[in-house]
This record gives sequence, C-alpha cells and structure tokens, in this order.
Amino acid sequence: MADFGGVDLDALRTEARSWIEANFPAELKGRPNPMMREERSKPSPAQEAWRKAMGEKGWGTPTWPAQYGGGGLSSAEARVIQQELGRAGAYNPIGGMGIMMFGPTLLEYGTEAQKMEHIPKICRGDVQWCQGFSEPGAGSDLAALSTKCEDKGDHYLINGQKIWTSGAQYADWCFCLVRTDTAKKHEGISFVLFSMHQPGVEVRPIPLIAGNSPFCETFFTDARAEKKDLVGPLNGGWTIAKRLLQHERSGLSGAGGGGMAGGKSLTALAKEYVGVDDQGRIADSDLRTRIAMHEIEGRSFQQTAVRAMLEAKGNSGPSAATSIMKNAGTQWMQMKAELTLEIMGHQGLGWEGDTFSAEELAAVRGWLGGKAFTIYGGSQEVQSNIISKRILGLPDLTQHN
Amino acid sequence: MAVLNEEQSMLRDAAKSWTQEKSPVTAFRKMRDSGVEIGYDAAAWNEMAEMGWAGVIIPEEYGGSSFGYLSLGLILEELGRTLTASPLLASAMGAASALVLGGTDAQKSAWLPKIAEGTAVGALAIDEGAHHAPEKTALAATKSGAGYVLNGTKTFVLEGLAANVLIVAARTSGKAGEKDGITLFVVPADTKGISRKRLALADNRGAANITFDKVEVGADAVMGEAGKGWDVLEKTLDRVRAGLSAEMLGAAVQSFETTLDYLKVRVQFGQVIGSFQALQHRAAKMFTDLELARSAVEAALAAIDADSPDVPELVSLAKAKMGDVFHLVSNEMVQMHGGIGMTDAHDSGFYLKRARACEAAFGSQSYHRDRYARIQGY
Repeated sequence: MADFGGVDLDALRTEARSWIEANFPAELKGRPNPMMREERSKPSPAQEAWRKAMGEKGWGTPTWPAQYGGGGLSSAEARVIQQELGRAGAYNPIGGMGIMMFGPTLLEYGTEAQKMEHIPKICRGDVQWCQGFSEPGAGSDLAALSTKCEDKGDHYLINGQKIWTSGAQYADWCFCLVRTDTAKKHEGISFVLFSMHQPGVEVRPIPLIAGNSPFCETFFTDARAEKKDLVGPLNGGWTIAKRLLQHERSGLSGAGGGGMAGGKSLTALAKEYVGVDDQGRIADSDLRTRIAMHEIEGRSFQQTAVRAMLEAKGNSGPSAATSIMKNAGTQWMQMKAELTLEIMGHQGLGWEGDTFSAEELAAVRGWLGGKAFTIYGGSQEVQSNIISKRILGLPDLTQHN
Repeated sequence: MAVLNEEQSMLRDAAKSWTQEKSPVTAFRKMRDSGVEIGYDAAAWNEMAEMGWAGVIIPEEYGGSSFGYLSLGLILEELGRTLTASPLLASAMGAASALVLGGTDAQKSAWLPKIAEGTAVGALAIDEGAHHAPEKTALAATKSGAGYVLNGTKTFVLEGLAANVLIVAARTSGKAGEKDGITLFVVPADTKGISRKRLALADNRGAANITFDKVEVGADAVMGEAGKGWDVLEKTLDRVRAGLSAEMLGAAVQSFETTLDYLKVRVQFGQVIGSFQALQHRAAKMFTDLELARSAVEAALAAIDADSPDVPELVSLAKAKMGDVFHLVSNEMVQMHGGIGMTDAHDSGFYLKRARACEAAFGSQSYHRDRYARIQGY
C-alpha cells in the first residue's frame, strides 16, 4: 500500500485520475451504485472487477489505516479520491454496514487480532455485515434487549430474535448485541460477532408499506459465536453500541451530502408539473413559499455540515451534535418527499404501470420508504432525548408518588 | 461558531465582556424606563465608539479598522444577547456601508471619520410605508438648478431621531416599483425642511418618521450617478440585513439560554420542569434550529467579506431563517416561563417584542423568502 502522507494533493490527484482511468470499467460509467446487496448478489463481471480493484487499492475505505487494508489517507486526500471518482462518473463499490458503522467501531474497540481478521475483508468488500440490535421488545429502549447469550466453555450459544435487521438476507456476518447478564440492564449487554451462514440463523424479510423488504426478522436458535469474536469486555457491550450508534447517526443524517443530493430539484419539478406565471414564478404561490422554506432549511443544514467540518478540522469522530444533524436531515428529506408528491398530484401516486414515469413511481415509494428515516438509527424522539440530556444538560424525570 | 482569526476572537471577547458588565438587559430596561427619546444610552454608545466598534467596516484611511463584516457581526451578536440598543447597526453597518460602497471622496471624508469615532450617527431613510419595499421608493427628488429638491416622507427610520446624517433613497425618474430612477442622497439631518417625528414602538428602540418638505440639496449630495442608486442601495441593505441577523442571532441564543436555565431551576410536581419530556423536546428543537440559523448568518457575513456573488441569496436565506427561529425561541421563552414570562418585570417580553421589530426591519421572512425564490429563478 502506497503511503501518501508526504505527497501533495496534486500528485495524488494525478495518480488517482490515471488509476481510475485504467481500472474503472467504461460500461459502468454514470451507472448507479449497485451497492445494495439485492443487485450485489448477482453482480456483472465488470461490477465485480471494479469492486476487487477498489478493494485491493484500499480506496473504498480511503481514511482507514493501511495496515488493515484501508487507504491510509487523510480526510483531505480522501476528498480528492471522491472528487476524481465523481469526475470519472465512477462510484465507490465498497459500502454497507461494515463501512458505515461496524468497521469504525471495531477499529476503536477491537483487539489487534479482531481487526486483522475482519477489517481487511470489509475494505475489500468481501464480507457484508448486518446489525443485530433492535428486538420486538427493544426498539427505542434498546437496552431492554433480551437475546440470550450463554457461555458454553469454548463458545457462546445465542437464542432470541432481532428485528429491523437491514440487509440480513444478504449479510455474511452479524454484529450483535446480546444479553449476558439478566440482573443488570445496560451492564448486562455484550457485543459479539458471528457468521450468518449457520443452521441456527433464520432470516425472514418483512414486506413494508413501500412494497419492498429492506428489513428482516432474524431468529437465532442455538446459533454459535466463537469466544474470540466477543468485542470488548463481557457485559461491556453498551459502551461500544453507543459509539456505533453515533457513527450510524452521522451516516444517516445525510451530512455527507448523499441524502441531500440526487433527483431533480423541487423547483424544477414544480415548474414542470404546476407551471409558472408571467414572471416565471411557480404558479401556485402557496406551494412556492413552502418550496422556498424547504430550500432555505436545506441550505442552512448544509451550511451547518460545512461549519461543523471546519470547526472539527476533520480530526474528531462523531459527537452528540450528530443528533441535531440526524433530526434536521431526516425531517428535511421527508419533507422533500411530501412536497414531491404534492407537486406531482395524482401522477405522484402511481404504484405501477406505464401511465407513470420511473420518477413518479420512485416518488411514491420513496415517500413511504422514507418514513423509516425518523424511526431507525434512534428515532427522532430518541435523538431529541440525547440533545436535551447530553447537550443541554436537562435532567432525567424522577419517579414520584 | 465560525472559525475566527485572532482579531475576531479579541473583538468578540471584548464585546462579550463589555455587554455582560456594562450593558446587561437591566441597562436596556433602565434606558426604556428613563424614556430617553433617541432610544439608546448615549454614554454607553460613547464607550462602544471608544473601543473602535463604530469603525470596524470603515477603511483605515477614514479612521476605521477594516476588520470586516463578520467581525462587526460578532459584536452585534453580543449586543443582541443583552438587547443593547445602539446606533451600531444603523450607523456603523448601514450608513457606513452606503458611504464606503457608493460615496464620493468628499462624502466619505465628510462623514466616515465621524461615524467611525461615533461623533456622528448615520441612518438609512429608505421605506415609505409599513413594509420594507425599497423598490417602491417614491420620495421625489426634483432637479432644481445644480441641485435637487426633496419632497416626501420616510417611515420607521432606525435611529432616525438621533441621526446626524441620512442616506436617503429618492426617486429622480421612473415610478414607484421600478429599480431604475432611484438615487441615493447624503443629507445632513439638520437641513432646512426636514422634520422628524419620534415613534414610540413596542421594542423601545429609536425610530422616527422623517418628512422632507422642499428640502434643497446640492449636486454634491448625490451618491454616484443619478437614477442609478439601486445597486449601492441593495448592497447596503444586504449588509445591514446580515448585521441585523447577527443581532437577532445573539438575542435568540440568549432568549433560549435564559429559558434553558429556568427549566433547570423551576420546580413543579416535585421536580425541575426541565425533566419533562414535553419541554425537553421543544428545547431540543430550538437548539437544532439555532444551530442552523447560526450557520446561515455566519455564511452570509463571510460571503460579504469575500465579496461573493451569492451575497443576496445568502443574506435573504439568513434573514428568513433567523426571523423564524427568533419568533420560535422568544415565543417559547414566554410560554415556558409561564405567568412570570407575561410580567413586565421579566425579560421575556423584551425578546418577544424585539423579535417582531426585527422581522419588520429590512424585510420580513415573507419578503426574504420571496426574494430568495426570485434569485433562484422561481
């Protein structure tokens, strides 16, 4: 792995440009990222070649340490890679829960042996991870989880049920919160890793209102985890889980710009569907005002992301402030979906069929699917609790009779 | 908080300690109770001027420090926290900007040094009705010999009573609603034919209606080219809007922090009311909105310093967002304080009133949302 520590950005840019030219298959240019495993389970040879090339190079995880297969780059250097990928019409084929949540957490809390075993496979995109956190009885109150984990001498035995497991049907491994002490709540939780490819694991996709099944119910019946795959101390999993959730929140807020971009702007849609008046204004003045408010909100959100980046100077991990961004970002995205439907009118309600454009069909599904934004990754209400308690210092309610 | 340079950090720290020590909200209350007509404490203004605050955006050759708009915004934010009333916005941000941007050498030499040292107060005489509408300027400037005669009335001129010099938007051609034909004049406030009426407003700041009755001014009173004043006017207004937004940010943040402190001490049902989730989530919402508003305000000020082409949209964005958030937190301030928040003895009412006055000044949220949309082409 090359060390770019002392190389200036222009040199890296030149290298990245020629490397991408040499390795990115022309037929994938401008194509959407097939990172979702539904497509990934049957990738084309070109997609597979691109994943392998980026995985070997370490540029799919540009800022991760080089000794574990990452790119070993600074944030500034990683942005150069991102810019050059964008310039070439290429996507980063390395993604998923391993990248966004589990990898950064294991890098922080894992042993050297655990990092050596798991991180390189994430960097290469060889192994997909799923998150075994929520349970039917433990949603917002995550620490109420009850999936049982017993010490069987040389291994652990796991029994219980997880729910809302994103991508479990495509996952190779699970990072899972389990109960190892029933006498304590937060201090009785451990963080273990195990393979999804074993007889004791059953996955049932859950059909959602949007008509798809991105989440699953996952059942563990005498599933097995190895002793070496316990992360952190026994009963010390909650601290790790909280850190992981911070990574999740910052990823889900759209702070990176991913969630805020994409698709036509509301103003372009409104001009198309609603029309304009003789001064070129959106003909529906009430709608126009609400679109302007939404744009103003979105830009102030982006300005805040930029400000946070400048203030942090790129060297600290996610903080409690990510809760602000998660709430603001997800509500903004939901409002965008609602305004889109309103702008499209009946055309925005098409479920299937050739009366509707792909954009219209995507609008209604996106609106419904987006209802998850303020529920998963710690609901809007949980984020508000975090803001009020951790940032604002407001106290817990005390029981009284 | 924006990443600040050393000068900016020092200015902010100086403004913070001065306002906390010398100009807390009790000083604003005292000023109000004393019924002082000009709407600010002249002694406090002198102290501010002595610290160089009135010259922050004025070039060094005219006695200022050229520290820039973000720097002046930092001071205005601190003043906003304690609701300090002073001509800093109208004079050092508003009139000074107009002169720097469009003044002739003679106009700059005549007024900028005095404005920078605080011995002269400038004010912007722009609007002519209840709403901010600069393009609707109708006050007539009729050619007369080498000069002009001004006739008409300007309304709600901030610091209009205290002003020594007025930047007057007048119409030399065209009709109300047209941007062409507007001319800016630099007019000493004691010019014959000018009469001023003090306006007693809910926010207790100094505002006046100013009537121009056959006011004769020379050709040297014209800023730039006759009929082509819009460009400087709009740039000036954007600067004062950004400055006002910074002041609003400070007031809104203080309004929130005072409320948050109260949530931590007021006990009902055997516990502090801040432990109730119904209030916690509203506090979280306010905090989130204040963070977004801060980003918008700082981005607008920084864009002015960078002379960026997107100043107009960033300023409208900031004023619109800040206006909404200031209403949110000042309303919640009253509500969360309960009955005490309704009393004159409490500060809540001051913030509530200030928020409304700030909305009306230099364009409401409605005005700036419309302007933002127009700039964006919809």
